[in-house]
Amino acid sequence: MTGRYDLAVVGGGPAGVAGALTAALAGLSVVLVDSGARLGGQYFRHPAGAHPGTPGLDRFLRQSRALADRADLLLGHQAWAVEHTAAEHDGGFTLRCTAPDGSPVAVASRRLLIATGAHDRPLPFPGWDLPGVLTAGGAQALLKGNGVVAGRRIVVAGTGPFLLPVATGLAGAGADVLGVFEAGGGLGLARHPLLAAGKAGEAAGYALALARHRVPYRTRQAVVAAHGERELEAVTVARLDRDWNVLSTRRVACDTLATGYGFVPQIDLGVQLGCRTRADPDGSPVLVVDARQRTSVPGVWAAGEPAGVGGRELAELEGRIAGRTISAEHDPVPGAPARRRERLRAFARALLEAYPIRPGWQRWLRDDTLVCRCEEVPLARVREARELGATDARSVKLLSRAGMGWCQGRVCGHAVACLTGVPVTQPRRPLAQPVTLGALAALTDTHDPAGAQHPAGSQDPTGPREPAGGQAGSRAGDRNSSAASTTDGKDSA
Amino acid sequence: MTDAFEIAFEITVDGRPVPVTPGQTVGAALHAAGIRSWRTTRLGGRPRGLFCGIGVCFDCLVTVNGRPPERACLLQARPGDEVTTS
Ligand SMILES: Cc1cc2nc3c(=O)[nH]c(=O)nc-3n(C[C@H](O)[C@H](O)[C@H](O)COP(=O)(O)OP(=O)(O)OC[C@H]3O[C@@H](n4cnc5c(N)ncnc54)[C@H](O)[C@@H]3O)c2cc1C
Ligand code: FES
Repeated sequence: MTGRYDLAVVGGGPAGVAGALTAALAGLSVVLVDSGARLGGQYFRHPAGAHPGTPGLDRFLRQSRALADRADLLLGHQAWAVEHTAAEHDGGFTLRCTAPDGSPVAVASRRLLIATGAHDRPLPFPGWDLPGVLTAGGAQALLKGNGVVAGRRIVVAGTGPFLLPVATGLAGAGADVLGVFEAGGGLGLARHPLLAAGKAGEAAGYALALARHRVPYRTRQAVVAAHGERELEAVTVARLDRDWNVLSTRRVACDTLATGYGFVPQIDLGVQLGCRTRADPDGSPVLVVDARQRTSVPGVWAAGEPAGVGGRELAELEGRIAGRTISAEHDPVPGAPARRRERLRAFARALLEAYPIRPGWQRWLRDDTLVCRCEEVPLARVREARELGATDARSVKLLSRAGMGWCQGRVCGHAVACLTGVPVTQPRRPLAQPVTLGALAALTDTHDPAGAQHPAGSQDPTGPREPAGGQAGSRAGDRNSSAASTTDGKDSA
Repeated sequence: MTDAFEIAFEITVDGRPVPVTPGQTVGAALHAAGIRSWRTTRLGGRPRGLFCGIGVCFDCLVTVNGRPPERACLLQARPGDEVTTS
């Protein structure tokens, strides 16, 4: 019999690592897959060997090392599809991955934990595709993971509490942060919703840091246009009314804009398996989970952002609950973690509700503003599709080509739905990641937990490691995309 | 920010040397060197570089060692990598 793990975990952020470690400590055979070269996910992104002062990082690194001793880590591996294994093994799953050298790897497991995190949700506006315009998370990833300050004169704009760590991080690293423009709330930092959620210390820390670096924090203001020839040279900052209609504008010269309007949970793998979804308070489709983090599909758990955006503390806690209930399915969920989870979930909901996206942003766009960056679809074409009678996301996509390119609507999906007045639906991507035709052709070779291909625990999980089954010279993060995968091939949804 | 890193090395971008600190991605090294766009779009010929920074948007596609297209924001830079932009 080919080997099967008791548990496969996708995602090496706080949720995935906590889930995998808890299950491994309980004696399950565990494999964890992450596309990154190191464990960490978005929050604990850290350069090799460096320990910047991220709260909780030491603890996370301890968990990572413990995990490396007890589980198999497939780093630099992209999971692009998952399917139910034929019934002969009482169900179970086959996870299809691409190794760093581009070769296909299949992982079989009895259970699956989806801990794939989220990505930024940008809103389109004129000039948002100019180099120098980054997502807030992108600027953060450059800083945390690479030690690179995104620019010299930086504007931070969008909505939500995530703008605060981004702005203070950049200012602390020496950038001239010209302002934080929060489109929502009329309250300012002194009455930020973080306070109401018992996070006064955190809010005060940001307020202090911004004051020290003389970074103004302005609510009801947004960047509504970016200007430049080949790169960003200036932005238009607008004062907004409650609904985000523009009241007045001014121009601010800058070389970098970090912008984000919340996060989009990555739920493709769950959707592929038919897990039920629901809309979070911000409209994002997320996987439905019960108190044990079980999805609606037997054998599939979800923790962290795919079950609803809620930050790293909640992610870790949910990972632990998942790991525990995966290993002892009939145990009651322990009381204290369950109560803490409820508190953190309520806090997450309150934050999402405090920062809604208001409809006025749609009037920031002009007819020729690109809505879909990949297929270069302007607003006019999206509107045309609607006029031609498209009433659902799929027809809008087919008629306008918005969402048909490389990113498969990950970047523009929310905006296109809003602009066409169709509800934000769950993504339907048969492939969660681009994959080579060669990999599709070679769907064999199940990754064997008993195999000697990748002894666990022999390396520091925080440093780059040679991928399992990889050939000499292959590297984590290598060959993640490929010329052979075609847009059309990915778009058979 | 760089003092936490070990010995730097170089990659070349269209023949021109660009410094890298170990652990950086190709995209981060380019961005740090002031190279903020390294491809143009198919239809409008618009310049593109990093946008999402985490492998989601595909704006940062680049040719490395003759093998296109890679996501520069995910690809770890290695000594001697030859990046060609279009
Ligand atoms: C770019 C970005 C930066 C952020 N920075 C911060 C920050 O500085 N501070 C803060 O408080 N919050 C930050 N957040 C919010 C952050 O998402 C959460 O607080 C926290 O990291 C959630 O933990 P998680 O375990 O749920 O997911 P994550 O930490 O996002 O981990 C998910 C992991 O899954 C992997 N993955 C996803 N899909 C696949 C796949 N198909 N195959 C293989 N691997 C996959 C990813 O590479 C990632 O490592 C950031 C979010 C983003 C998107
Ligand atoms: S910057 Fe978005 S995929 Fe690389």
